Amino acid sequence: MSQLSRRTFLAGATAAATTLAAPRVHAQKRGGTIRFVAQADLKILDPVWTTAYITRNHSYLVYDTLFGTDEKLQVRPQMVDKHSVSKDGQKYSFTLRDGLKWHDGQPVVAEDCVESLKRWMKKDRFGRLLAAHGPKLAAADRKTFTLELGERFGPVLEALGKPSSNVPFMMPARLAATSADDQIKEIVGSGPFKFSKDEWQPGNQVVYVRNPDYVPRKEPASGSAGGKRVHLDKVIWRYMPDHATAAAALAAGEVDWWEIPPIDFIPRIEQNPALATFLPDPLGTQGWLRPNHLHPPFNNKKARQALVYMMNQETYLQAAIGVPKFYRTCHSVFACNGPYASKAGAEGLAKQNLERARQLVKESGYDGRPVTVVHVTDIALLNGAALVTRELLTSIGFNVDLKAMDWSTNLAVRAKKDPPDKGGWNVLHTWWMAADVMHPAVHFGVSGAGPGAWFGWPEIPQLEKLITEFVRATDPARRKQLAEEVQKVALDEVAYVPWGEYVLPTAHRKNVSGILKFIAPLFWNVSIA
Amino acid sequence: MFAEILRRLVATIPVMGVVAIAVFALLHVTPGDPAVIIAGDYATTDDIARIRTRLGLDQPFHVQVGLWLSRIVRGDLGTSIFSGLPVSTLIGQRAATTIWLTLFAMLISVGVGVPIGVLAAWRKGSWLDRAVMVFAVSGFSMPTFWLGFILVYVFAITAGWLPVQGYHPIAAGVWPFLSHLILPALTLSVVYMALIARMTRASMLGVLDEDYIRTAFAKGLAPRGVLIRHALKNASLPVVTIIGIGFALLIGGAVVTESVFALPGLGRLTVDAIVRRDYPVIQGVLLVVSGVYVLINLVVDVLYVILDPRIRY
Repeated sequence: MSQLSRRTFLAGATAAATTLAAPRVHAQKRGGTIRFVAQADLKILDPVWTTAYITRNHSYLVYDTLFGTDEKLQVRPQMVDKHSVSKDGQKYSFTLRDGLKWHDGQPVVAEDCVESLKRWMKKDRFGRLLAAHGPKLAAADRKTFTLELGERFGPVLEALGKPSSNVPFMMPARLAATSADDQIKEIVGSGPFKFSKDEWQPGNQVVYVRNPDYVPRKEPASGSAGGKRVHLDKVIWRYMPDHATAAAALAAGEVDWWEIPPIDFIPRIEQNPALATFLPDPLGTQGWLRPNHLHPPFNNKKARQALVYMMNQETYLQAAIGVPKFYRTCHSVFACNGPYASKAGAEGLAKQNLERARQLVKESGYDGRPVTVVHVTDIALLNGAALVTRELLTSIGFNVDLKAMDWSTNLAVRAKKDPPDKGGWNVLHTWWMAADVMHPAVHFGVSGAGPGAWFGWPEIPQLEKLITEFVRATDPARRKQLAEEVQKVALDEVAYVPWGEYVLPTAHRKNVSGILKFIAPLFWNVSIA
Repeated sequence: MFAEILRRLVATIPVMGVVAIAVFALLHVTPGDPAVIIAGDYATTDDIARIRTRLGLDQPFHVQVGLWLSRIVRGDLGTSIFSGLPVSTLIGQRAATTIWLTLFAMLISVGVGVPIGVLAAWRKGSWLDRAVMVFAVSGFSMPTFWLGFILVYVFAITAGWLPVQGYHPIAAGVWPFLSHLILPALTLSVVYMALIARMTRASMLGVLDEDYIRTAFAKGLAPRGVLIRHALKNASLPVVTIIGIGFALLIGGAVVTESVFALPGLGRLTVDAIVRRDYPVIQGVLLVVSGVYVLINLVVDVLYVILDPRIRY
């Protein structure tokens, strides 16, 4: 019998399903259960305790936010009915909407929001920046609370409406009082769905049921803003570790929506008339090459700059993603479709110059010691990126030691500050959603806080100064200018090197409608025919 | 006999103790750190250190192993670092799937493997014997995941007779329960069916040459009676051994099958826990599975005595 590859199997699977399932005309319908294949297994339920995207996505069903972010990246009130800010920009007042209730039946009160924000500010980067400006949070009455700043902080509403991890989700005060270093023990939100704890099977399924007490806003739904009108009775998340199984289940109609099919599955899905693909987050994701600033050779600025001149984003994207319609080169450290995208200081990044890179390696005084590149082999895009890096580093004169490991080992290795010959590293690759690289206050790659910075620990005081100025600025033009300054310094010092942006489509059966554009899968507005 | 079983059961206690310490030690020398996984992408080194302290991972090895063993003695397998659920609850959620899958697979393996092995030995050198041997070699050689996908393609997607994936407990109805187990059990059983068929054939060939078999045929006994009552019974000791080992191997093999068919079993629980370095879950599952292996060995030893009264312990 001849060998049947997964691709051939999928071709057959899709073709077979095509003949079985005819396209249907559907209308928005109330009720029903949607079966959804999630990107990962939901293990942690506390959105403050972890930054895992799967926990953030889960929390969007269960919890609500004071502000949401719409499709156009505008921050809009969500739980908040009215808000005001004093003329000097130092005192904010927020009044909650009527009819907000926790899943245990208790009303949402201002004190709950105060405690939730206090806990969030202990963990989140944006929250910590806000906390560093001496905010005093206090409940004025049952529905109103105030935020009084010790120092000027411009993007208060952007912080409260930030769409990605850690999102400031609201919890009852009794739960929000839990230390930020401990997980909350009970899942009680005020969001449009309730978490069904008894049906939760880590590694297999998560179940949510409609919250009948939820009162949506009147505006149309847009991103995480607007009216969260629920048409589904039940949402079942399934975890399927094998992509071929998920593809077959979608084709056979055993599941309705697959959050992130791998790119090489997309052509088969698109050939199936019963299925559709959709780009929920057109802003996409940014790939990173991160040098470790603590150890030679990349504790030397010239050696780091060689990384910029060796960069050819097209090669990385081709190796990591492969299909041109799902990637784009982007020579900005801030998301290319975001408000702070810029080409300032990116001349070296935009045009590969291997000759210049070789010269910089020589000028850096590189002594030929092995450069340890972390090679994550179980995530296709990181595997591709590491292999390209090895070729390029070798071509500009570095001796490369490619260290193969799985993702989990990589997480442990990257946290090590030891020299590469004692278990540490020189170069790693990762990715960040555009929402997490939108501006200097959320972008970990441009932090120059040394030991407090993201792994790689660049110590660039000028960056920290510029970021502080950015969050204190209130004028949008000034903020844009400061973001450009941040980019120039970050690329000159080579805090990291972006290797382009890519988008990941979602796939669903055609009887599913109303999926909103957002960085996380949202289940309000969605219906199933 | 009863005293022997009791003695063997008591002897499992130090075995389990050694297994427990070995499992714990093995995990703690494996690269990886649950604290960095929990801390997530944005964590600083200080965040990770704080989480390690909270989880007790900064304690010396002997303190950690001591605390774990003291809990095990009290019947507490611990709590998952990630989900916060008791390990016993997680095992309870998954055990039924793996048990049913293993039993079904063993039923198919023995139900098919033994008869075709007997027939192949009886018709040694015939086309039937060759066909069984071809099947046995093919069965050994087929990767489980590949066979799983072929079966899904043929029976679930093309024919639409059976579901692609998932598990339904028996409480959801007999057909939903059975229909979700047929393909996974078949996938898992093929290798062991082949193994059992080969072992049965080899063992039967040795017995069929014995004088008492020739005598039985000479007395005019029907071939079925000779093969089953005289030959198979005497040839069954190695087969029982293989079946015992097969149970252990099936539990291990279930990991791949559970992934291909998205079954929430113990195999996937273990793999997911290993990927995340969820130490209490890995330790708990391995301890329980080791206990099952020890018990299966005990059952096999008891069966030896039943099948061959000459055996004494």
